[in-house]
Amino acid sequence: MNIFYFDHTLQGLLCAIFDAYKIKCFPDLLLAEGEIGPLIVDTTHTVETMSYKYQRVSQALKKKLSPFALTQIRYIWHAETPESKMLLFRYLCKVLDSAKNIEKHYSDPDILAVKKLAKKVSAERHYLMMFVRFNKTADDIYFAPVAPRYNVLPFIYRHFQQRFADQKWIIYDESRHYGYFFNGETIEEMTLLDDKDFLINNKINATYLAEDEPQFTALWQKYIQALTIRERINPKLQKRAMPTRFWKYLPETWTK
Amino acid sequence: MRKAIIDKLTILAESAKYDVSCASSGSTRQNNSQGIGSANRWGICHSFTEDGRCVALLKIMLTNFCMYDCAYCINRRSNDIERATFSPRELAKLTIEFYRRNYIEGLFLSSGVIKNADHTMEKMLQVVKLLRIEHHYHGYIHMKTIPGASPELIYQAGLYADRLSINLEIPTEDNLKQLAPEKDHQSVYKPMHFIQQYALESKEERKKHRHAPRFAPAGQSTQLIVGATDETDRDILNLTSILYKRPTMKRVYYSGFVPVNEYDKRLPIVNEVPRKREHRLYQADWLLRFYQFNVHEIVNENYPTLDLDLDPKLSWALRHPHLFPVDVNRASYEQILRVPGIGVKSARMIVAARRHSALTVNALKQIGIVMKRAQYFITCRDKLGTTVQEFTPEKVRLALTTRTLSSETLPAQFSLHF
Ligand code: SF4
Repeated sequence: MNIFYFDHTLQGLLCAIFDAYKIKCFPDLLLAEGEIGPLIVDTTHTVETMSYKYQRVSQALKKKLSPFALTQIRYIWHAETPESKMLLFRYLCKVLDSAKNIEKHYSDPDILAVKKLAKKVSAERHYLMMFVRFNKTADDIYFAPVAPRYNVLPFIYRHFQQRFADQKWIIYDESRHYGYFFNGETIEEMTLLDDKDFLINNKINATYLAEDEPQFTALWQKYIQALTIRERINPKLQKRAMPTRFWKYLPETWTK
Repeated sequence: MRKAIIDKLTILAESAKYDVSCASSGSTRQNNSQGIGSANRWGICHSFTEDGRCVALLKIMLTNFCMYDCAYCINRRSNDIERATFSPRELAKLTIEFYRRNYIEGLFLSSGVIKNADHTMEKMLQVVKLLRIEHHYHGYIHMKTIPGASPELIYQAGLYADRLSINLEIPTEDNLKQLAPEKDHQSVYKPMHFIQQYALESKEERKKHRHAPRFAPAGQSTQLIVGATDETDRDILNLTSILYKRPTMKRVYYSGFVPVNEYDKRLPIVNEVPRKREHRLYQADWLLRFYQFNVHEIVNENYPTLDLDLDPKLSWALRHPHLFPVDVNRASYEQILRVPGIGVKSARMIVAARRHSALTVNALKQIGIVMKRAQYFITCRDKLGTTVQEFTPEKVRLALTTRTLSSETLPAQFSLHF
């Protein structure tokens, strides 16, 4: 088994591709530096991330793929599933090996898998745009805790920045312990120093909320209740459209 | 004696909830970094009620007082229900507060008629103007047009709202007269026509001057109530297809009649909301808009009603077995689109993927084709199974209805993405 160690960035992965072609040895496993590998290993190689390498690879990819497929690459990278790194590696090699654009060659299992996983990541991104719920805090920052299945915050903050350009907000990934803070002008990545005090059971500690915040939460809950057509109750349909894993952040589902 | 906001909200949401058009798509408004809000080309749902409907917009009435007495409406004046009225300022504020928390995608404003059509429209306009001018709000606004409103006010409304709608409600005029004696189709078609005219004019103007005002950039929509009167699916879909021929008409919504009122002898006795029928109508509507079907192929003299047990595409295919099977590796996109079990996306994928290599059953499954249905209608590289020709339409029908009846759950016909 061949193992490549890299710095666990997308650029590093592109450099791994560069190296593989150069030394004519292709990895069976990509590991982040410091990660523990399997017991039986044939060769190991440590990838050095350098700009000339990833630029060469990304230029070659740009020639062979549509902008849509290039976005898919970023989606796969941010999926962060056990298989996604190797899947991406194999996919990109196939793209580079072929003379023509093969991104729609769906009978190839890797190409189809890329499409499917990218779609899931994109769906998660969309779910967040739907289900982010801001809570106004006492210092006038709108705060939304989230816990997406994939690491999709980098794909959504621009949408929120555009939409909520005149308010300060934070979208915080509780499971990955980081978030984005919009201060009214620019976006910064941030981490809560004391998230156990600030967030209790996925909700913002009531003492930090703006005074009128519970009132708006209640208005929203009431509104959703009033809107429901009792003759047509269909929880299955509701859950399919709004998966229960989001419910802990949705005030309209708390009252039951 | 002022009502608390929370009571008004409850009363006026209850009153607005039977109006189904929740879509907020079709308009892009960029935020030029001042103020709040943006409208997304693909509208975003923000929640789903227990009945499974999407909540995208704050769907609310400005008031549920009404001088009219439409038999099918919960707000008719002869009903003894709780009434409330928002002040335009209260409603604008509430919209902004909901929007800031990402609860909603925008506002869907309707109203009962107070005094007269124009007075009502003016009140509604106040809300919309407050949002756009005072709150610098760039989010989505859908505004109902009151039947009979004057062209000036409709013009104003279109300058501030993304979409305007005016509901036909009852497909034929005679039946409308029965149920809503104070209304007629003219009072609906006229405003529809104004909206279309203003929107097209503004489009022309904007070609010449980039800064000419936009008029209802997301077009207009309307709604038909299904099952309150005796129109057939053929009547309804014929009307729909005429409506879609009008430029700017983006959506026709179908609302299964819910008996909200005490028994009224003008109305049929319904024990159940006709959900299945409503669902089939939406499917037929999709065939018209995205599958290049002509309305006469779906319903006609011989088939005036949609089959409740089969989706309209399958039902069409079984009536035309001689057109099948189609070879997915050779047939045109249009032919593939007509295969039961193949949707727009899969049809596109098939056409793209077959350039690389001939498709097999397995590849088709991977692409997401519903083979249960498609198998009778296609051939591909390694498929030798029985097609509808040999199997006969009757048997296919039987095989597919026994299955669909148990496995089909009604999807969200209120799905937002178009
Ligand atoms: S005019 Fe509108 S609100 Fe008034 S009763 Fe008729 S349908 Fe209902």
